[in-house]
Order: sequence, then C-alpha cells, then structure tokens
Amino acid sequence: MGQQVAFWILALLCVGAALAVVYVRDIFRVALFMVLCFLAVAGLYVTLNADFLAAAQILVYVGAIGVLIIFGIMLTRESKRGSPTGKLRPAAMLVAFLFMATMIAVIVGSEWYVASEPSSGATTTQIAQSIFDKDGFILAFEIAAALLLAAVIGAVVLTRDKKDK
Amino acid sequence: MSVGLEHYLVLAAILFSIGLYGALAKRNAIVILMCIEIMLNAVNIAMVAFAHYVNVIAGQVFTIFIMVVAAAEVAVGLALIITIFRNRKTVDAEKYDLMKW
Repeated sequence: MGQQVAFWILALLCVGAALAVVYVRDIFRVALFMVLCFLAVAGLYVTLNADFLAAAQILVYVGAIGVLIIFGIMLTRESKRGSPTGKLRPAAMLVAFLFMATMIAVIVGSEWYVASEPSSGATTTQIAQSIFDKDGFILAFEIAAALLLAAVIGAVVLTRDKKDK
Repeated sequence: MSVGLEHYLVLAAILFSIGLYGALAKRNAIVILMCIEIMLNAVNIAMVAFAHYVNVIAGQVFTIFIMVVAAAEVAVGLALIITIFRNRKTVDAEKYDLMKW
C-alpha cells in the first residue's frame, strides 16, 4: 500500500518536473526542475528495492551532473534568451507522441514474465558479487573506469585556454 | 489495481518521450543535454523495474554502467558546448552550422 502511494506521488512529480524542463522558459529554473526530476527518480529506485542505486542517483545525478549543468549555464551566459524551440517543434512533438503511443500500446499489450517473488533485501552485496565474481562484469567495470578517465582528460583538454601555453 | 511492472514501464516510456521531444525541439544546446539526461534516466527506471520484478540483479549493474556513461557524456558535452561558445558566442544549436552541407 505504502509503495503504491509512493509510486503515484513520485511518478507524478517526475513527469511534472520533466514537462517543466520542456516548457519553462527561464533556463536556470529548467536546470532546477531537472534536478527535481532526478530526485523523484531516486525515490522511484527506493520503491523498486534498489537502495544502492538510489544513493548513487543522488550522488551522481543530483550532486555532480546537476551542479555541472548549472555551471554550464552560468559559463555560457545565455540565460536571458530563455530556452526557445526551433522550427522542428511540430515534427518533434509528432515523433515523440507517436513513439509514446507505440511504446505504451506494446507495454500494455504484452505478457511480461514476472518472477513469483520480487527482489528483496539489501542489494549492495549482490551488485558487488555480480560485478566482481568470476564470470561477472569485471571487464565492463574496467572499461568504464578507462572511459571516465578519458572523459575527464578530454574535458580538461577541450576547455583549457589555449593562450597561456 | 496494484502497482506492477507495467506501471514502471509506462512511466519510463512517458519520460523518454518527453526527453525525446525536448532533445529534438529545443535550440539551447544545454537544454538538449538536459533532455538527453532525462531520456537516460527513463531507460534506467525501466532497467531497475525489470531487475526488481524479474528478480535478476544484472539490471541494476547495467544501470550503474549507464550512470557512468552519462556522467562522462555530460562532462565532455559541456566541455564541447563551452568551447564552441568561446569561439562563436552562442549556444543556439541551429547556429552551429560549421559542418553543415
């Protein structure tokens, strides 16, 4: 019962914040609504028994990505122009609506396999075992580490001022 | 009617469509980046919902990797936008026409 109430509140909050990201004109408020949407998604992870992911969501998305995007807005100083839509707007609306209708029709019409018992208990140990055990995702984990390093170096190289060499 | 797998999948589809609309229709490059993040989050919700209701932990592991890629993407994407802004004094994606045919 509590899980259902939490789901509906968080789902409405999440979709409302996402719609605000698309419709609000003030770009700084858009960034704050995006952070609210990420927070609601973290709450949804809690209702899905994903405690570690909820914490990671708040740390990575709300903390890091939210601050990074707000920094980007400050550094580009275009906030007075708002967030206008381009000439693709009608086509984009049509494509998004068609995609949503198709997806919902497929989801509602399909017979999904659901385990008799949904997952329960703490997930951190299970995730760690799934990554680091034999036959786990250890190679993907190492590649992710290399990807992060490359992204950090790339970001530093791209934004460095070329004049003070 | 109790909340089940379908509810989470429909929510993910709605969220993905909103992000898709924003990414296609917006002109501010930073807003486009935000909408891409919303799309990635929608996929994460679907992945975690499957992990919960089908009871396999791999879905959550994939979500972690998606988060890593999203963080890397935002870092490089913002660096690119800031570099282009320095050179062309705009973040309007429709004015980024250097490589247009």
